[in-house]
Parts: sequence; structure tokens; C-alpha cells
Amino acid sequence: MVIINSLPPAIILIIGAFLIPFLKGRLKSAYLLLLPVIAFISVVSIPEGIHWTVGFLDYDLIFGRVDRLSRAFGYMFTIISFIGTLYALHLKNQDGQHVAAFLSAGGALGATFAGDLLSLFVFLEIMTIASTYLIWARGTEASYTAGFRYLLVHLFGGLCLLAGILIHVHQTGSIEFGAIGLNGIGSYLILIGFGINCAFPVLHAWLPDAYPEATITGTVFLGALTTKVAVYSLARSFPGTEILIWIGAAMTVFPIFYAAIENDLRKVLSYSIINQVGFMVVGIGIGTSLSLNGTVAHAFNNILFKALLFMSMGAVMHQTGKSKATDLGGLYKTMPLTTLFCIIGAVSISGFPLFNGFVSKSMILGATTQDGMGILWLVLLFASAGVLHHAGIKIPYHAFFSHDSGIRTKEPPLNMLLAMGIAAFLCIFIGIFPGPLYSILPFPVDFEPYTGAHVLDTFQLLSFAALAFCLLILSGLHPVEWRVILLDTDWFYRKGAKAFHRLANRLLGVKGDASLTTVAETDREVIRGR
Amino acid sequence: MGFYIFLTLLIVVDLFLPKHPFFSWEGHPSFYAAYGFVSYVIIVFGSNYILRKLLKRKEDYYGDY
Repeated sequence: MVIINSLPPAIILIIGAFLIPFLKGRLKSAYLLLLPVIAFISVVSIPEGIHWTVGFLDYDLIFGRVDRLSRAFGYMFTIISFIGTLYALHLKNQDGQHVAAFLSAGGALGATFAGDLLSLFVFLEIMTIASTYLIWARGTEASYTAGFRYLLVHLFGGLCLLAGILIHVHQTGSIEFGAIGLNGIGSYLILIGFGINCAFPVLHAWLPDAYPEATITGTVFLGALTTKVAVYSLARSFPGTEILIWIGAAMTVFPIFYAAIENDLRKVLSYSIINQVGFMVVGIGIGTSLSLNGTVAHAFNNILFKALLFMSMGAVMHQTGKSKATDLGGLYKTMPLTTLFCIIGAVSISGFPLFNGFVSKSMILGATTQDGMGILWLVLLFASAGVLHHAGIKIPYHAFFSHDSGIRTKEPPLNMLLAMGIAAFLCIFIGIFPGPLYSILPFPVDFEPYTGAHVLDTFQLLSFAALAFCLLILSGLHPVEWRVILLDTDWFYRKGAKAFHRLANRLLGVKGDASLTTVAETDREVIRGR
Repeated sequence: MGFYIFLTLLIVVDLFLPKHPFFSWEGHPSFYAAYGFVSYVIIVFGSNYILRKLLKRKEDYYGDY
């Protein structure tokens, strides 16, 4: 214990990651699984307070600010690192992916336990670079370009954050990563920096653009980490900031319309992340102890069921090479366990009683009633029906049921099944016994999700939404999926880049697309030549 | 069939269960059922018949970008 506690959990993962390439066979597998366990023990056992302070210029960098908020997120990130690593354990000769995954998780832990804004910034940048690798590692043309866009957007977000931090430090003289609140240009820049990571509306397009292009195992880490670190940062610095209520509400609503008509099921799940994070952002904006507890609890649960859904779609993709609704269907016949796990994830995210989404989402909804915010409450309820539509029904229906695609395959490797099994177990366990989850939340919990009225209301909402689905399908009124892509705000920089490219060529007097494409081609060869 | 019996039960039980509504509309019997049903239909039709018409493009729309 003393040895484990001599290093911050982030450093355990980051330094530990670089030993991976030197190990082989079973020893490597054991080591990969052990690392997140050690980090978890570290998170459990560090006493509350300030640890690992390092002097830097005139400031103190703090690598271990431990309180109930940071520790709760520490639990999430270490647990999902274990599940994600188990899910990726079959990868051979892909050390880069394991290293990048641990760097990303280490960055997330570092940001979580950072007590000052400078080390927060550094850890976020580590995450950006590691995440970009997890996108590129897929090795396809689409992942190459999506990875570049991801990198550019996040470097821009990082610059906003850095500029905001510098102004903030100049104004206040303190680099403490604490409550900031909206007061002046510095704080707005910091909010934008966090907001890009958090996929605020308009700043969100990087997420559904990049995550579906990442590696099958990498997406599990990406989907769990970046946005949840941003949620943590907002909860730390901007609790009770009213604008977040409406930003969050918008986030819960607009993605459900996109997810409803998106053909790529991994992209559906990406839009679904924005919707779920929206609930958390609303909780931060309300800023009461109930709503902040709800935010943290929902982040915890969301990491589990969203990872479970991404893992089940990843398993489908691993076995069939496909992820589009129009290409899939009927897989329950040959992948019954994966089907079951996917349904558990789908039911959990929809918030059915006895599953974990129910016990946390109802805290956030409860907080809106406490504050008498009727419109907001109606919006979130509408969004809950939307979650049932795209994540609860669409994902399992199109992958495993629907029309039979004729694909016959088998279950994914055992490690993938085990990882999904653990996540599924936790979804159900927390749904039935929310006590342990409630006990790690930042504030004392005085909330009972299982009242007769609340259970009945939830069943009514979700079951009659499901009835709408059944009736639409039976009557033939339910539209089918199309092989198309949907425009989103990434249009501005993707088409904008093309226009800039043409303009630059014209100014340089180059005909066609020659100059810049040649450079891009060379880069592509370098990245592919991994 | 079981599903429809379950739905009917949800409506019937609602009539007898004591509730403490926070908002006036929430107290109406079967408010949640109606809201869930209508929301779902709005989402399906709104996204398919309005949003998709506006935003759909061919899969190779962006080319190399």
C-alpha cells in the first residue's frame, strides 16, 4: 500500500504504460489487467487532502487534490480502464493501442486529481494526443482524416483553455483549479475549452465525426473518458452556472433527432453520448447538492452502460466488419450473449427501473422539480423518451433483430464477452442496490428512487413510447434506415478547409489540388506505415 | 399480448396510486403514458420527415475531407 501510494494514480498508468512493449505472452496480459487494479487501489486508499505538490516557477503544481468529487471520478476512470483493457486483451502486436489507452486513462486521472489549472491543462493535452492515436490506429482512410480533425479541434480547445487560464491567473494571481464561475473573458475561454471536450452544441461535431472511426477497443476508452473529464471540470469550476442548464438541455434534445436517422450504429451511440452528457451538464447548471449528486451518479452509470453498448457494437463489428443498420440484422441467432448484453445496456441507458440509469437520471429530474423548473423538466422527460428510441430500441433492434441480413457469425472472443458481462452485471447491480453508488457521491444522499409513483410513472413513459414504436412498425409507418450521411456543424470546417485549400492554391499559382495533397499523401504513408 | 395487458395495468394502477405531483400537469392520470407516446411519435416523424430531408447527403459527400 505504501508503495502504491507513493505515486499519483495517473503516474502509475502513464509510467506503467511504457513498460507494456517489453512484456510478452501471458505476463503481458496479466500486467495489462493489473495496472488499472493498482490504480484503483491507489484511488481507494489515498487519504483526502492535498498530495504530491511540486514547485514550478512561482507556483505549486498539485498532482493529488483528493476530495469526494475527484475520488468518485477516480473510481469511474479506473473501473472502466479495467473493463476496457479486458475487452482489448485479445489484441496481438498492437502495443501502441494499449499504451495509448493507458495514457488516455492516465491523463483522465491526472486531470481529475489535479489541484491546479496548469497540470490540468497538461493532462488534458496528453489525453488529446493519446486519443488521436486511438483513432488513427484503425488504419483506414476515414480514420486518418477523422483523427486529424479530432486533433485540430482539440488543439483549438486546448488553446482556448490555455489562454483562459493565463488570463484567469493574471487576474486572480492563483492557479487553483477550483470554482471559477463566469466573470470575464478568461472564465469564458476556460468554459469554451471545457465545452469543446464536453461536446457543447455547435462545438460537438468532432465527437460523432471521430469516435465511430476509432478502433473497436479504443472507442470504449474514448467514449468513457474525454467527455466525462469535461463534466468533472465543469462540476469543479462552474457549478450553479445558469447558462449550463440550457446548454445541457439543448444537448439532451438535438442529438436524439440525429441519432434517430443516423445509419451507422456507432455514430448513433456517439450522438447518444452528447445526449447523456447533456443530463449531467443540466445537473451542474442547477448546482444543488441533489443535482450535483445526480450528475456524478449519472456519469458513473453512463460510463458503464455506454461502454457496454459500444462494446456490444464493437463485438458486432469485430465479427462482421459492419456497423451500419442497413447492413445488419438478425444477429441474435448467432450472437445470443452479445445480444443479451446489448439489451441490458439499452435498458439501462433508457432508465428502466432495476437498471442503473434509473437511479441516477431520476436524481437530475428530481432536482428540476425541487427548483420548480417545469419547462426544463418537460424537456428532460422528452429527451428520456428519445433515449429509449435511439439507444433503447434502435441499437439492439437494427443490429440483432429487424430484417435478417443473412450474416451468420459467432460470439466474439471470451475476453470481450467477459468485459461486457462485468459491465452488464454492474448495470444491474447498481440498479437494484444503488446504496454503494450513493455512498461515494460528493454530498450526503437523501433520495429514494424506488417510490411507487416514480416507478409507475417511468414505466408508463417508457412503455407507451415503446408502444408507439410497435404500432408504427406494425402499421408500416415507421420509416426505414437510409444509406446516407447527415450534415452537422463539422460541415463548416470540412468544406471551409476545402475552400481555403483552393484559395491557397490559386494564390500560390498551383493548378488543381497538387501542392497540399502531395504533403497530405506523404503524411498518410507515414501514419499507415506504422 | 402480455405487453398490452401490462400497458393496461399501468393505466389502471395509476388511477388508484396516491401521488404527490410537483407540477399541475403531472397529476393527471396517465400523463406520463401520453407524454411518452407523443414524444416518441414526434421524434420519429420529426427526424425522418424534416431533419433527414434537410441534412441528408451521399455517403461520399465530403470526399477526402
